Amino acid sequence: MPEQPNDQEGAIAGTGAGGAMDLGASEAETLEKTPYGPEGTGPAGKPRSLWSDAWRDLRRNPVFIISGLIILFLVFISLWPSAITWESPLQCDLAKAQEGSQPGHPFGFDGQGCDVYTRTVYGARTSVAVGVLATLGVGLFGSALGGLAGFFGGGWDSLLSRLTDIFFAIPVVLGGLVLLSVVTSNTIWPVIGFMVLLGWPQISRIARGSVITAKQNDYVHAASALGAGHSRILLRHIAPNAVAPVIVVATIALGTYIALEATLSYLGVGLKPPRVSWGIDISAASPYVRNAPHALLWPSGALAVTVLAFIMLGDAVRDALDPKLR
Amino acid sequence: MSDNLTLPAQQGPADTTTPETLLEVEGLTKHFPIYGGFPIKRKVGAVQAVDGVDLTVGVGESVGLVGESGCGKSTTGRLITRLMEPTAGRITYAGQDITHASRKQLAPVRSEIQMIFQDPYSSLNPRQTVGSIIKAPMEVNGIEPAGGREKKVRELLELVGLNPEHYNRFPHEFSGGQRQRIGVARALALEPKLIVADEPVSALDVSIQAQVVNLLQEVQKELGIAFLFIAHDLAVVRHFSQRVAVMYLGKVVEVGDRDSIYNHPRHPYTHALLSAVPEIDLDGEGEARERIRLTGDVPSPISPPSGCRFRTRCWKAQDKCASEEPPLVKLSGSREGHLTACHFPEEPTLQGRAQDVVMDPALKALEGDGAGKD
Repeated sequence: MPEQPNDQEGAIAGTGAGGAMDLGASEAETLEKTPYGPEGTGPAGKPRSLWSDAWRDLRRNPVFIISGLIILFLVFISLWPSAITWESPLQCDLAKAQEGSQPGHPFGFDGQGCDVYTRTVYGARTSVAVGVLATLGVGLFGSALGGLAGFFGGGWDSLLSRLTDIFFAIPVVLGGLVLLSVVTSNTIWPVIGFMVLLGWPQISRIARGSVITAKQNDYVHAASALGAGHSRILLRHIAPNAVAPVIVVATIALGTYIALEATLSYLGVGLKPPRVSWGIDISAASPYVRNAPHALLWPSGALAVTVLAFIMLGDAVRDALDPKLR
Repeated sequence: MSDNLTLPAQQGPADTTTPETLLEVEGLTKHFPIYGGFPIKRKVGAVQAVDGVDLTVGVGESVGLVGESGCGKSTTGRLITRLMEPTAGRITYAGQDITHASRKQLAPVRSEIQMIFQDPYSSLNPRQTVGSIIKAPMEVNGIEPAGGREKKVRELLELVGLNPEHYNRFPHEFSGGQRQRIGVARALALEPKLIVADEPVSALDVSIQAQVVNLLQEVQKELGIAFLFIAHDLAVVRHFSQRVAVMYLGKVVEVGDRDSIYNHPRHPYTHALLSAVPEIDLDGEGEARERIRLTGDVPSPISPPSGCRFRTRCWKAQDKCASEEPPLVKLSGSREGHLTACHFPEEPTLQGRAQDVVMDPALKALEGDGAGKD
């Protein structure tokens, strides 16, 4: 307990000291927004919940700060790519094909004479959108199915467990080549749909196991002894105590979905030109990598950094949420 | 020995010392199926956790349920609170059969039967504040006490000896004893008539146990709540309960008022249990009590012994014990309401046994006195 009030004092003092401590101010603000924060009115200060403990851990973790800043930047450029670019990613000039870095075009030009810098920035939108939406879809669908199966057990549970085994047996890239090659729509939705289709069993298994662990706790029995219904037990008692592993795995999976989108686009079954995606650019740049390596390196580097940032974030979140590591 | 049988079991509970019956349990049975086989799983057996338990709890009465680990005490408690579905038998609460009642049918009864759990760490949701934990029973059952739920919660916290200011704290900020008090407050929130306390103090430090037992006793006396107090600690049960039932391997082997069980037990198993209680004889004048040391473990409830279930560890067992199951009846020489399930009961006294019973041959050889009657 003694650490918590000091901590906040520090943050508040930081804000008082002047505008230079912007980060401190935003931290104090976010702390207030943690689920149980504002309820703390007791004489001993704010209560510590698992979430506020985790947040305290995260704020001190350099891995979280670095990956968080990278992700914030990525989200920013996917929402407003024109804020840091001055051209259209589709404005290409074949005369400048494969040219290197020059004023106004820091990353040079690719094989079609398009500006690599502009295309790399615009490619972030696809990656972030696919990653976030696929993770949301997988997370919601997988944890709902797995959670319900774990909670109710019985025949549906066995059926679902066998079904997840079947889906685990499908090779991701081969499955993508087969399934997505028949899709004609050139949007991110078929790609996201494919990821949800193949991704849900992973989350479903984790949610199922986590719910089964949580439902054996006496507080769940206590709630049913009070006459609480299934929905109350699931939402109030099981879900809050079972969600942490799902969040961790989903965060790490987000990075792999971004990589998978690039892989599928590279193979020509994900997004296709004129869509802008790192995978498309990597694919287009690979034949002439010896003449114009910059056209390959910039989108590949952006992809690697993005995937790494999400995986690092997932790692940091796991460390913070796992009480055994504390 | 069958001339000892005077009363059939069914009439037993109609006891003059027992007040109006609140809860009546007849032949309560819970078998957990064991599945095996390949490729198609089928039932290959059953763990007979509870196998025909008869029990009554009067209004405002506190009944202790004792027995070794794994004898089905906790399962009995969970069957009565309907956390588990009984395999057979009947549970009657205030004249209403609740054995297989659905959640809706149970709703009016739920608020009257509450439970206190053994583990104060797992019985409180770590993500909820103390206030919302204690408020939950009122929310679920749609009860709006005068002055609001929050006021009631603060009153309850005060009643169980916690600071009402701790309303917004989380369970992990409390010690084990305090957490158990929170559990007690939650059980009291609906002003129940019956509380099933499943080993409420066995997870606590000895110094804290006394506090919690005293709290429960105050609650019981002041609010007139009936208790089914499940425990393996005989001293705690003696302190707390007016009537005591002794369970062995899924069955009640002896039941009676506190004095009968503790001072005039008839069943060999009760004798053995009591002889295991450490005793401090301060003035040194008390007669040395018998010592009975049983050998081995409780037999597997998957295939319990035929006839009397205690016969495999009993020093008085004869052929009849294996072939015929002893009914739970009043024996001649026992008091009213004191029922025993034994063909060859012991004398109703704890003093005066000539020799100790030592069932373990190795131990017997060690002590070298050749004591015991096998």
